[in-house]
Amino acid sequence: MIRLENVTTTFGKGRDQFTAVKDVTLDIQAGSIHGIIGFSGAGKSTLLRNINLLQRPTSGQVFVDGVELTGLSEGELRKQRHEIGMIFQHFNLLNNRTAQQNVELNLKFAGVPKKQRRERALEALSIVDLADKASAYPGQLSGGQKQRISIARALVTEPKVLLCDEPTSAVDPRTTTSVLQYLSDINASLGITTVIVTHEMNVIKAIADKVSVMEDAAVVEEFALSSLQEPGFEPKTPIGRYLISDEITLNRQPKQARDLAANVTRV
Amino acid sequence: MNFTSVVLATSNGSAAAFSLDRIVELAPEIWVAMAQTFAMLLVSIPIAILLGTPLGIWLYSMSPNGLRPRPRVHKIVDGLVNTIRSFPFLILLIAIIPFTRFVVGTTIGTAAVIVPLTINAIPYFARFVEQNISQLGNGVVEAAQAMGATRGQIIREVLLVEAKPALLSSITIMTVSFISYSAMAGLVGGGGIGDFAIRYGYYRYETGVMLLAIVLMILLVHAVQFFGTRLSRAADKR
Repeated sequence: MIRLENVTTTFGKGRDQFTAVKDVTLDIQAGSIHGIIGFSGAGKSTLLRNINLLQRPTSGQVFVDGVELTGLSEGELRKQRHEIGMIFQHFNLLNNRTAQQNVELNLKFAGVPKKQRRERALEALSIVDLADKASAYPGQLSGGQKQRISIARALVTEPKVLLCDEPTSAVDPRTTTSVLQYLSDINASLGITTVIVTHEMNVIKAIADKVSVMEDAAVVEEFALSSLQEPGFEPKTPIGRYLISDEITLNRQPKQARDLAANVTRV
Repeated sequence: MNFTSVVLATSNGSAAAFSLDRIVELAPEIWVAMAQTFAMLLVSIPIAILLGTPLGIWLYSMSPNGLRPRPRVHKIVDGLVNTIRSFPFLILLIAIIPFTRFVVGTTIGTAAVIVPLTINAIPYFARFVEQNISQLGNGVVEAAQAMGATRGQIIREVLLVEAKPALLSSITIMTVSFISYSAMAGLVGGGGIGDFAIRYGYYRYETGVMLLAIVLMILLVHAVQFFGTRLSRAADKR
């Protein structure tokens, strides 16, 4: 469904130049949930934005459902974007529009006639169980509810792909579970190809079929989540191993003693 | 028939009577002055909104982080806006006299003041629009772009909608500032309540009359601020 070929994205010029995505080639199966994980600054959000060309790659090609987006004119690209939904860490809803108006806006951009918009918006809102909040403003909703509204907004045009940029990073753990449950249900019932960027391995473990691990702008490894069940499986890279362990382990030894110990080992 | 009079001391030691008789006598002139002030505001402010909004949107769009960056053109227009904004109003009033004559056919009277007021108000409001829009942040713009919105749709359906409360506040601030600017209209015989205060209070030492005119201006400013704040608050759904 999604294919990136040798995608590289750089920002700035000359001495300030910085590469956010370096020569990434990626294949994402139709109907699957694909995770992209890495630490802050690894380039995962830029890579996600490369898929719908919100960030145009400096070089390389992007294909979505067989269409080469990187070869399209601006107008054709806009049309293709109606097939690619996107949700964001901070929801990016319009504060001065109601939930329903927010959802309808996507239909308006997609050129859906006014008469059908209301019905379809309410339908999308009921998928995320928020039809009763149709006339609420985002300011009156919780973080989880806002993210669900934004999911409804993304789904209302019936896209083939759903891009999720840190969808659970601004909500609490219980809401995280709920948001992921909705994403998983939607993937199962609508068969929508989902790409999810996160820095939390728990999110990946809960929802993804496959994961790409990013480090320093490159995808350093990729594995299917099912292989975690296989005995003896271990990610190839240190960062992959670190991420699947995903436990917060602190050194409870006093700092002075640690520094001392570090010095001793260094010697 | 001098039924009330309060004596006020003025700086030169003489006394100015605040008498109702004098007020009654000047009432027709006060009404005319108020009407002139309203005329100045009701023409210049709407035109400034009508022309300043697209100019402000344009400034935002062409800026390096805008929807359609054109850094060079942006720099030129940005400089032009700054230039007009840096003229003290009194000087602008005189500097553009030929232009004023070209537009309204005269260089004196209320109509002649409306031209420089409007010229001053357009870039003034454009700056407000530019700032209000750029303060919205990139999130909503990015969301709209991801939804396949055109630039026009992003401006109409997203930016102007989200900036509306701030824009209403800006219109309020602009109106209050221009009530003050309109007081300089007297220089070209433009009239208005501010000019009235200057003519009677300052030139003729009729402190009482001046105070009344100032009270009227205070009431006007308060009314504008009151309604502006309410409108802005009603539009703000955050």
